[in-house]
Amino acid sequence: MLREGQIRIPSGCAISGIMNKKGRVFGGGDIINSIAVMHDRSNGLGGGFAAYGIYPEFKEEYAFHFFFDHTTIKNEIEALLKKNFIIASGEAIPIRKSKSIKDAPLIWRYFVRPKHRVLVKQEVDEEEFVVRFVMRVNSEIDGAYIFSSGKNMGAFKGVGYPEDIGEFYRLEEYSGYLWTAHGRFPTNTPGWWGGAHPFTLLDCSVVHNGEISSYDANRRQLEMYGYKCVLQTDTEVVAYIFDYLMRRQGLPLDVIVKAMASPFWHEIDRMNKKEKEILRAIRVVYGGFLVNGPFSILIGTNQGMIALNDRIKLRPSIAATKGDYLYVASEEAAIRQVCSKPEHMWMPRGGEPVIGLLEASQPTRVPVRTEQEKIAINS
Amino acid sequence: MKRVYVREEYCAGCGLCQVHCITAHSEYKGDIIKAYKKSFPRPLARVIVEEKRPLSFSLQCRHCEEAECVKACITGAMQKDPATGIVINDTARCIGCWTCVLVCPYGAVRRDETLHKVAVKCDMCAEAGGVPLCVENCPNGALEYREER
Amino acid sequence: MSLKSYVTPSFLIERNKERCIKCKVCVQQCANEVHRYDEEDDEIISEEHQCVNCQRCVTLCPTGALTIRKNPNELRQNSNWTAEAVRAIYIQAETGGILLTGMGNDRPYPVYWDNILLNASQVTNPSIDPLREPMELKTHLGRKPDSLSIKEGKLQKKLPPQLELELPIMFSAMSFGSISLNAIKSLAEAAKQEGTYFNTGEGGLHRDLYQYGENTIVQVASGRFGVHADYLQAGAAIEIKIGQGAKPGIGGHLPGEKVEREVSETRMIPEGTDAISPAPHHDIYSIEDLRQLIYSLKEATNYEKPVSVKIAAVHNVAAIASGIARAGADIIAIDGYRGGTGAAPLRIRDNVGIPIEFALAAVDTRLRQEAIRNQVSLVVGGSIRNSADIVKAIALGADAVYIASSALLALGCHMCQKCYTGKCNWGIATQDPQLAKRLNPELGAQRARNLLRAWKHEIQEMLGGMGINAIESLRGNRLMLRGIGLTEKELQILGIKNAGE
Repeated sequence: MLREGQIRIPSGCAISGIMNKKGRVFGGGDIINSIAVMHDRSNGLGGGFAAYGIYPEFKEEYAFHFFFDHTTIKNEIEALLKKNFIIASGEAIPIRKSKSIKDAPLIWRYFVRPKHRVLVKQEVDEEEFVVRFVMRVNSEIDGAYIFSSGKNMGAFKGVGYPEDIGEFYRLEEYSGYLWTAHGRFPTNTPGWWGGAHPFTLLDCSVVHNGEISSYDANRRQLEMYGYKCVLQTDTEVVAYIFDYLMRRQGLPLDVIVKAMASPFWHEIDRMNKKEKEILRAIRVVYGGFLVNGPFSILIGTNQGMIALNDRIKLRPSIAATKGDYLYVASEEAAIRQVCSKPEHMWMPRGGEPVIGLLEASQPTRVPVRTEQEKIAINS
Repeated sequence: MKRVYVREEYCAGCGLCQVHCITAHSEYKGDIIKAYKKSFPRPLARVIVEEKRPLSFSLQCRHCEEAECVKACITGAMQKDPATGIVINDTARCIGCWTCVLVCPYGAVRRDETLHKVAVKCDMCAEAGGVPLCVENCPNGALEYREER
Repeated sequence: MSLKSYVTPSFLIERNKERCIKCKVCVQQCANEVHRYDEEDDEIISEEHQCVNCQRCVTLCPTGALTIRKNPNELRQNSNWTAEAVRAIYIQAETGGILLTGMGNDRPYPVYWDNILLNASQVTNPSIDPLREPMELKTHLGRKPDSLSIKEGKLQKKLPPQLELELPIMFSAMSFGSISLNAIKSLAEAAKQEGTYFNTGEGGLHRDLYQYGENTIVQVASGRFGVHADYLQAGAAIEIKIGQGAKPGIGGHLPGEKVEREVSETRMIPEGTDAISPAPHHDIYSIEDLRQLIYSLKEATNYEKPVSVKIAAVHNVAAIASGIARAGADIIAIDGYRGGTGAAPLRIRDNVGIPIEFALAAVDTRLRQEAIRNQVSLVVGGSIRNSADIVKAIALGADAVYIASSALLALGCHMCQKCYTGKCNWGIATQDPQLAKRLNPELGAQRARNLLRAWKHEIQEMLGGMGINAIESLRGNRLMLRGIGLTEKELQILGIKNAGE
């Protein structure tokens, strides 16, 4: 049978996300509890988490999380890493043996920095180099798969129910300021660890519930810009679109969400002249990045979290705030499980983003508009 | 009043207006084949297709406000209905003197000599009501039934 | 001494005497003078030699008394020397000329649209009901920049000019001369009402049509007929015609008989003279020459109008299209080998060019490989027969389609393929005032409009079924397509999987 990556497999899901906008860290227990409530939204064939702020001791290094099929390939990859990167540390990711988690690959992490002379030789910046390296390993090397590559963050995923995956990775032992989680309900049983969510590129992670009908239109658009959609998953496409629009195009967040979940033309027709011109331009130029079909996604970055629904809200999502905390989940129960008395709770409309930015975020490369900072969290 | 107006620029000269006019005025309304093959005498078409290629148009009574035919009729057979404005020839009273034919400025009254001599002309399919059949069956919208513009 | 014709009639006209009422509508309507009324015998007689099976008499006969069928008279069976092959030789032996024909290639080559199936959502992805949810078909044609710069809520640089279509269907180039003014007026009005465009072909823009300027694509072809400053300014876009699917590699010829006063004025040539479009543009012998013409036209219109370049689908179409994109065209129109024509040499129409399905797939793939797909919009034509063909074309990678044969069918064309005779009984491919008036442009516009609306609804239904509510999400979405009955190679060129995969 074909494995995910060789074939496209639709799936349904549960998602949940929690962040502290002041950047205060908290343990992984809450997110596990939250996603566990939605047990029936997944079927044991995929679960995963993204955690931000968990590697303060290596915050200048890219944290590569690897799945290896066997030690031979691990040794090959380590040689390749040594050629291109300065490796600050490398170790097996600590796991807890569990009855419910079977057939785990070798799971390792390396904290690395690209070698200066390699960058000079290839005439690319650090991030672009890392992206290309990840693409290369994942598309060309059999038996090795990089499933996390950002700074001071990490993805943890596998085949199993999300709460079991959380336990397997000992997530309660980590502390982060932003956690997202995913429970998967694929319609097929490939049982491949790489196919689980979140999907990440650099510090951008995506957990996603939905099936993207525009998949091939998006994929072919992305492939024009050098992305290789090796997994053939919708999530991968969303992550790349986000990476392309944010990192490569340098677009502000509100423009990105308008490109991915554009207002309808009849809504644009009602806008004032200035807005209309911008929205028209976004749709005309970035039409290939419009994400169509049912989806509810949570995108995590080092700056915060964005939740977005498709334009006609064909998948559920609900958001809540309490103090410095922002919660987004597929179901209300998943929020109430970890936040009994939210101050504010609402159902974002189709195409209406929930943007939670880290207030203490350091000066960043991403242009974020001031108005956005103001609307952080209350969207 | 509503009249039939011709748009000669779209008249294909096919003559279907005549076919349907004949059928409408026969005893076999709605059945063209019987109207042509069985009715005797076959009624005359009240519409006349005038043609000098490429010009062609379908001509029928204008149902004039001041109808010369009505004024000239020596028996009172030709009458203008005060309610509908339609000019109708009562063939029972018509003696076939052709005065109406002579005075009509449009040449829209025809002579019917098949049985006793009578004048025939468009009655706007008044009996059936609705849109005259020549208009309804024109394949190219070259006839319009409407108020004067 | 004249040559006796050995050509036997192609068709047989059956007149049901029990139904015929001798009303002479058939006599009146046949421009080929097939039917005549014999007063002495009170009979209508049909002389079948001239019958082209245009169905005008059949359609207008009020009693349904006429049937036209293929002449059952047959030559001795021969799979090699078919009746058509033999006939062609007789005609050429009599005339010594090139065989002419009209409309598109009618040979039994495979129609790839019919070997492609569409997808629909089930369970994992809800289909969308276009009656209840918005279903967007709005399409923009023109060069798209690689990125936008938005600062302080303002667009830093205006978009290049775009054609805005309410649905991804335009009327393809048909000149005044090849078709009647009434036919053009019908399409122009329909385009205006439905928010799309018609194309002048190389016939210039008749003064009555300037009011449709906003919905007009003005063509500049090798004969440069009817091209002047006001003409270029009048249109919403300009199209340089390099080639046409029905006759790739050759020019056009409008015989002098068709160049009556209105045509002569519009084309700016003397009345009664042949209008000959050369095979190439004599100022375009290379891709760099094309670039010059593109920019000359842009300069002349102040860079306010997108410039399209129309080519026939030929073997090397992908590379040619890439060159055209790099030459600065904003739109590339590709016409497949089934594309129609008012007149073409039969052997060229039937033997030159490639299917639009392959051409489109190859061009879209190539432009993406070169990462220049954004720089141009792709419009394809060459026998788009229904809304499903359109959905498939867009999923293969087209931005919009051009329709011409379908549009003429909507106006009444019956595909008799005799456009080149100028005796079109339906008032379409003729300049004979007696015939041209048979097409009332108000009714024509209504029919053309109805066709667009019907197809729009169908496209919306198919999109909704796929779980898509904006046409841009279908564009190039080849995963929505599956092949059936195709070879590996064909699937590979189309870039689609086989049904069941």
